[in-house]
Amino acid sequence: MALLQLERICAQYPGAAEPVLSDISLNLGPQQLLVALGPSGSGKTSLLNLIAGFVEPSAGRITLDDVPVKGPSAERGVVFQDDALLPWQDVLANVAFGLELAGVPRAQREAKARDMLALVDLAGFEKRRIWQLSGGQKQRVGLARALAADPRVLLMDEPFGALDAFTREQMQELLLQVWQRSAKPVFLITHDIEEAVFLATDLILLAPNPGQIVEHLKLDFGQRYSAGESARAIKSDPRFIETREHVLARVFSQRQAIAEQRA
Amino acid sequence: MSKFQSPPLADALTPPAIPSKTAIRRVYLSTRSISVLTLVALLAAWWLVTALEWVEPLFLPPPSAVLEKAWLLMTKGYMESTLWQHLGASLQRIGLGLIAAVLTAIPVGIAIGHNRIAQGIFDPLIEFYRPIPPLAYLPLIVIWCGIGEFSKVLLIYLAIFAPIAIATATGVRTVDSAKLRAAQSLGASRWQLIRHVILPSALPDILTGVRIGLGVGWSTLVAAELIAATSGLGFMVQSAAQFLVTDVVVLGILVIAFIAFGLEMGLRALQRRLVPWHGQNH
Repeated sequence: MALLQLERICAQYPGAAEPVLSDISLNLGPQQLLVALGPSGSGKTSLLNLIAGFVEPSAGRITLDDVPVKGPSAERGVVFQDDALLPWQDVLANVAFGLELAGVPRAQREAKARDMLALVDLAGFEKRRIWQLSGGQKQRVGLARALAADPRVLLMDEPFGALDAFTREQMQELLLQVWQRSAKPVFLITHDIEEAVFLATDLILLAPNPGQIVEHLKLDFGQRYSAGESARAIKSDPRFIETREHVLARVFSQRQAIAEQRA
Repeated sequence: MSKFQSPPLADALTPPAIPSKTAIRRVYLSTRSISVLTLVALLAAWWLVTALEWVEPLFLPPPSAVLEKAWLLMTKGYMESTLWQHLGASLQRIGLGLIAAVLTAIPVGIAIGHNRIAQGIFDPLIEFYRPIPPLAYLPLIVIWCGIGEFSKVLLIYLAIFAPIAIATATGVRTVDSAKLRAAQSLGASRWQLIRHVILPSALPDILTGVRIGLGVGWSTLVAAELIAATSGLGFMVQSAAQFLVTDVVVLGILVIAFIAFGLEMGLRALQRRLVPWHGQNH
């Protein structure tokens, strides 16, 4: 049973000749971690912005629990590539921000925020200032902040794109742990193929001009991690490598097709 | 290639480390101590010139006379008011002007930065009057509102208003859109966005606007007191000049300068305290 449904979505910016996204349909259900993978210009950020409600589709329908999506709301939590935290507040207040906006009393919202910080392994960082955190810590605060508001779905906009390779690996594992424990459906966009294959229960591959879904894969590497297998073991598994190369080949063949079409 | 070789060569040519270090220490002065030395030299020159009686006291009284006068002014006063009363009158005017400007310019600035219609209304008005020197429209204010306190406070208010409103609008326009979106997707209403994201984001710019405004306001105030006042630092300097009481003139100028310096330093400290995140690589 799908929570979030996109039906035949098209998006076109005013004045643009070609649509950014064309005829996108997809579902996101309770146990899913859906990753949208694509090169720059494939419209993956636009897709996330549509679901978040920052922009409106030019055609089609987006519903959450059968209710049409209209504008941004606390039901759809977002984790941004650049942390987008509020530097005038400390870590705890940042995590509790959504609850503060909702009018939750201080003691209650801080208790919840502490739980969320513990969930992302940042217990003890409550009083830190935002600028004292590393890139990975900021993204964890961003994740805790989104989760604290208790959204129906979690949207992640290239959340680890700005991090170094080591931190990125750690964050991927942390995300899987958090996803497992919080039981929130996640929609994540990335241009990192290995990340996409490792995290996704559902991987959609987007191709540009106009942005469209060219492949939809069901994967289980993330679940294998949750079941106790080590991340490195999974990523060096021949089946993982095969999947990764398959996706990579798909991206390149798609690019070639576009180049030929233009020539 | 020779470029890369030159540092070790230069190293080999320099004398042994210890003497060169002491040589450096001998000439090293921090920027601040250079400033302090400049001031001390200036004061010494002042003292010397007057002690040797190169200049008549009428033109330049000695530092001691100014200090003496300061004591006299603090205890007995000049033109029926003590130095404190003159200072108080000036500070009260700028204080009232500042409070009124902060209370109105910040909301107007937010409206300009946030709302197209407000921008259309206020932008031309502010840009029209801002470049006019306040003293140029002071006569009109005097004609309309008389020579009382209100005119002076109004003049300061107008001088401070424009920089704060413009700085606030700039701050509001440059708010990070990711922060706005983040707050919206956490359920922020329009007012919550202003209160929790836009206002704090714009605070560094607002404080810069207040700093600039206070500087402009202070010079405007002193100038305004030269024209129509019975108290205030500007009035004190002006009336002393008319009777050639040069020591009071010098003293007044020094006090005016100290207050301006104090205001600037106070605001910088406030800025550091209120917006510690500003300038942090965040």
